[in-house]
Amino acid sequence: MARTVTSQRKALTTAAAWIVGLLIFFPILWTILTSFKTEAQAIASPPIFLNFDWTLENYAIVQDRSDYMRFLWNSIIIAGGSTLLGVIIAVPAAWSMAFVPSKRTKDILLWMLSTKMLPAVGVLYPIYLLFIKLGLLDTRTGLVIVLMLINLPIIVWMLYTYFREIPGEILEAARMDGATLKEEILYVLTPMAIPGIASTILLNFILAWNEAFWTLNLTAAKAGPLTAFIASYSSPEGLFYAKLSAASTMAIAPILILGWFSQKQLVRGLTFGAVK
Amino acid sequence: MATKASRSAARLMMAPAVILLLGWMLVPLTMTLWFSFRKFLPMRGGDLGWAGFDNYARFVTSSSFWPAVYTTLLIVGGVLVITVMLGVLLALLLDQPIWGQGVVRILVIAPFFVMPTVSALVWKNMFMDPVNGLFAHLFKFFGAEPVVWLTDAALPSIIMIVSWQWLPFATLILLTAIQSLDSEQLEAAEMDGAPSLKRFWFIILPHLSRAITVVILIQTIFLLSIFAEIFVTTQGAFDTRTLTYLIFQRITDAQNIGLGSAGGIYAIILANIVAIFLMRIVGKNLDA
Amino acid sequence: MGRIQLNKVTKTFGDVEVIPPLDLTIEDGEFTVFVGPSGCGKSTLLRLIAGLEDITSGSIAIDGNDATDVPPARRGLAMVFQSYALYPHMSVRKNIAFPLRMAKLDQAEIDKRVNNAASVLNLTDYLDRRPGQLSGGQRQRVAIGRAIVREPAAFLFDEPLSNLDAALRVGMRLEISELHKRLATTMIYVTHDQVEAMTMADRIVVLRAGHIEQVGSPLELYRAPRNTFVAGFIGSPKMNLIEGEEAAKHDAHTIGIRPEHIAVSADEGPWSGVVGVSEHLGSDTFFHIHQTGLAETITVRADGEVSFSHGDRIHLTPRADVIHRFDAGGLRIA
Repeated sequence: MARTVTSQRKALTTAAAWIVGLLIFFPILWTILTSFKTEAQAIASPPIFLNFDWTLENYAIVQDRSDYMRFLWNSIIIAGGSTLLGVIIAVPAAWSMAFVPSKRTKDILLWMLSTKMLPAVGVLYPIYLLFIKLGLLDTRTGLVIVLMLINLPIIVWMLYTYFREIPGEILEAARMDGATLKEEILYVLTPMAIPGIASTILLNFILAWNEAFWTLNLTAAKAGPLTAFIASYSSPEGLFYAKLSAASTMAIAPILILGWFSQKQLVRGLTFGAVK
Repeated sequence: MATKASRSAARLMMAPAVILLLGWMLVPLTMTLWFSFRKFLPMRGGDLGWAGFDNYARFVTSSSFWPAVYTTLLIVGGVLVITVMLGVLLALLLDQPIWGQGVVRILVIAPFFVMPTVSALVWKNMFMDPVNGLFAHLFKFFGAEPVVWLTDAALPSIIMIVSWQWLPFATLILLTAIQSLDSEQLEAAEMDGAPSLKRFWFIILPHLSRAITVVILIQTIFLLSIFAEIFVTTQGAFDTRTLTYLIFQRITDAQNIGLGSAGGIYAIILANIVAIFLMRIVGKNLDA
Repeated sequence: MGRIQLNKVTKTFGDVEVIPPLDLTIEDGEFTVFVGPSGCGKSTLLRLIAGLEDITSGSIAIDGNDATDVPPARRGLAMVFQSYALYPHMSVRKNIAFPLRMAKLDQAEIDKRVNNAASVLNLTDYLDRRPGQLSGGQRQRVAIGRAIVREPAAFLFDEPLSNLDAALRVGMRLEISELHKRLATTMIYVTHDQVEAMTMADRIVVLRAGHIEQVGSPLELYRAPRNTFVAGFIGSPKMNLIEGEEAAKHDAHTIGIRPEHIAVSADEGPWSGVVGVSEHLGSDTFFHIHQTGLAETITVRADGEVSFSHGDRIHLTPRADVIHRFDAGGLRIA
């Protein structure tokens, strides 16, 4: 920590880090740049990096042709709905595990985690069948439920690790002060856990947004989110690079921005607290 | 640490989550298990009765089974090797004092937030296309013959795409782990005269071993079931059919639910073997 | 009102009996201190009274009403926690008002009581701050403020001063005693520090392994400890306990003599020993005497001005009228 590094060495590592960083980021950057080119410029040889005529026409065309807004709205509803529903179900559960632990708490937590590891393809047909029977196929409700269920273990886990950092004495103080269980959770626990709850929501929103097995297999035209929207570009429209890029940029932009906020919580959420 | 009243409240409040997950696990699993013992062809006669272990036997004896296992192992193994090795190096680099650290971190993490369908499509068309892809331009620039990536080198291409997506995850976790290393330990080693390579080998790497294990296990679970990357690139052609994709095809293309379900049971068993190891690590952490 | 009765209360955690059957009555308005070494069950006992833990068997009555199954929120007790347990996301004002808000009092009444408590506790200038911006002593006051606004039947204090530094601790001790005098409400105070017990309590309950070793006023405990455990626990420095021949002279298995009841002299006295460490506090001096043939170390209190060097051989005279006698079981011989 408190060691001084020669600025020469720092310059060297800085250069290296930036080169690597830009290299890794390049596909995203290239996609964003291409989205502002004309189709001709997009496939020009040799490729044009920056000095092209910036245009927004691809965005207009993509919106026109494939109704981006509807997919975006579906994505927001599905990711947001499944996350919120998950949090509402998970907060009481995480409260129980964090503050009234029993001998079985650990087993329950691990079991919940194990449901997350069920390979989706193994239960594809049963879920498909159930969706038909229940009229949930290609509905946002159906996807909200499924994505909530696959992310519920992560939500419970994240909340659990955050709640565990809140001293139990404060909740006991609330109890002594005459708060009912509901008041204790609503007025004391939740406000104290806001940062943790916020990161949980953020991370799970991202995971739900990017989920690309159930969203592809359980939706068609009506309830498809952005993952399905992009998959529809796999051919032959994929050959129109500028439009593909515009569509891609629109699909990832919201989440890239959210993702930047959540990078710290990412580790904790995705390793179930095993790495902090 | 609590009263009977709060314990029963706790049970009550845990109930919705537990019941939902229990249903989510048991209902489809039971159905898959049931189907796996049936001769079930929805498009060709529907449920044609009990099949015993036929589906299980047919799934593993089919000519596509072993190639699919092989492909799965190659993808999982390849991605793990690439992401862990590059991840360690990147984490070490990002742990150094650099100007604009926050921005570089964001650049490195960004691919993780790109939805799988997007990254697969972008790589497939804009980089790996044999005519207009950037790689083709690059090869031509050096006077080489462009590679038809997703046909001639389909598996490495997919490994590359998936590695690009998961490298940020590995890097981020390993970086977090490195940062939790007590710098006094390193300084002590330096005082003891250990050169930097030895410090890496004897102090940093052992410290990272747990994080590396976690990365390997979590990635394995996700990688075993990668889907969208194959779905939008090769559709399982050119030796890129993984076990997951094979099962998917048995169900959706061949409409052989019995066979696909038996495959699903195999996949579940496989995932559980990995999961047990992960749970051990996570469980230990719970007690601490 | 605040008379608390424990009838044959027990508590077990799994197979471990933390509190064996225990009877205790705390009179209304009394300042009772539970004191004992860590792990003696004093905090558990307090939490049982608070209702934060269930009792395994027996019953608890508050003001004659059975409170055994009443949840903590409705027992009418207020508690001050070791960590203060302030709500970090609320201002001081909201912290103090919280129990009143839970009791659904109207806003005017809440404001009145909060302002009143704040002025009593010198918190008026801090009402809009968050707990994080306060010093340890101020946080302690907020915790007390949150307790007093409710006008509870009794206050429960769980080692409330252990997180404060020594100087502040003395000040808060006085403030709490002061508060008790003014409110005349029952207070139960848990501490491992016998000085706090001695200085604050009307009545001390000495606990060991869940058992009540003795109940009495500070001076009763000081003058007539019921057994060697209480004898050694109450009083500072600890009572010297001497076994063997010297004890036999008094027809006892063990005799106890407090450091302040032994006179030192350079040349005369029935006992003698070699001076080890001397602790000069200014007002008093404590000598740790070795090689007395009585016990490994005999601690002696002398006047602040008295001085001997390390290694000096000196003589000791115990005051015959304050020698405590104990039998082989450690019990006091009357």
